[in-house]
Amino acid sequence: MSINATLIGQMITFALLVWFTMKYIWPPLFDSLEARRKKIADGLAAAERGQEEVNLAEKRAKGVLNEAKDQSAEIVTSAQKRANEIIEESKDIAKKEGDRLIVAAKAQIDQEVLQTKESLRQEVAALALSAAEQILNAEIDQARHQDIISKVSNQL
Amino acid sequence: MATEAHAAQGATGYIIHHLTPLSTGHGFWTLHLDTLFFSAVLGALFIWFFKIAADKATSDVPGIVQNFVEMMIEFVDTQVKDSFHGKSKLIAPLALTIFCWVFLFNFMDLFPVDILPLVGSLMGLEYLRVVPSTDLNATFAMSIAVFCLIIFYSVKIKGPWGFAKELLFQPFGPWLIPFNLVLKLVEEIARPISLALRLFGNLYAGELIFILIALLPSYIQPVLSFPWAIFHILIITLQAFIFMVLTVVYLSMAHEDH
Repeated sequence: MSINATLIGQMITFALLVWFTMKYIWPPLFDSLEARRKKIADGLAAAERGQEEVNLAEKRAKGVLNEAKDQSAEIVTSAQKRANEIIEESKDIAKKEGDRLIVAAKAQIDQEVLQTKESLRQEVAALALSAAEQILNAEIDQARHQDIISKVSNQL
Repeated sequence: MATEAHAAQGATGYIIHHLTPLSTGHGFWTLHLDTLFFSAVLGALFIWFFKIAADKATSDVPGIVQNFVEMMIEFVDTQVKDSFHGKSKLIAPLALTIFCWVFLFNFMDLFPVDILPLVGSLMGLEYLRVVPSTDLNATFAMSIAVFCLIIFYSVKIKGPWGFAKELLFQPFGPWLIPFNLVLKLVEEIARPISLALRLFGNLYAGELIFILIALLPSYIQPVLSFPWAIFHILIITLQAFIFMVLTVVYLSMAHEDH
């Protein structure tokens, strides 16, 4: 074991290695590490922001949904109310229509009764006349007693 | 797989052969070619692997290579941020280089002790010591470089006078200046020496035990070398980690004004 000129050679090699590492190896690798660290930090921050936005949107969506629910409930209530109203209205209308029909029918019946009475009266009058004619055919002059018969007939 | 010359000397020769570096030159100007070669190759491997990731670095979804490299970067960066509070463009890359380089040094320890020397002997190399961190030159090269950085930053941050004051007046005040100076110098110099020797000692001992296991009969070897290798995976990582953390700690101490 002896210290000799090998020492000098080794020191030169060592100095060259250190210089090369310092100049060409450490900086690019370290920079890329730093750049990646920054990238990851940015990515994490962006992810956090995104998460926050999602939370906000969820909250907003929930609000909108609740509003829609309220609105639809309101609409259903008012529709039900309206339907009830319509039913009531149509009931009224139907009742009125029925009344009207009844009144009209009654009027028609009255008229028909009147007509029947009239025709009956005329028929009875004709019958009475023919009966009276047959009974009184001989002695009663039809022309003379026409006035009386028509008077009776009118009283029927 | 000792060569003929060492085979004649038996177990001792085998061990010595494995721990002898492939060297050239004389005296101080001896060069351990295997240490230089393997550390350069491992350094290039580290640079190549990390450069691929650095070129393709993207802040989008990372690939497998980038994932692994980023894991290392984050790991080193965490360690640096934990103990170093100043701003420096050097310290984190320095720590990364030390960790990876030392780890790769140590990792060579996990290759079976005879394989690479066998390949070397086929290529005509008599000796081949494959683990650079079992060479004091390799560990001291790093620790001395770190030591120079400590001195450099101490002077830069505290100013020459501030650094001198720290050496002279601490810990016992201005009345014991010589004593302070001796204490401080020992403290400063102990750092690189302990850094280098800790790594060297651990890996040298680990390699030695692998070599000793390799001397045993072949039917016992797996029973011993397997658990030792598993344990060694922990050791090599731990040693690389310790070297890196202590470097960061020493440099952060150099940055702090008392």
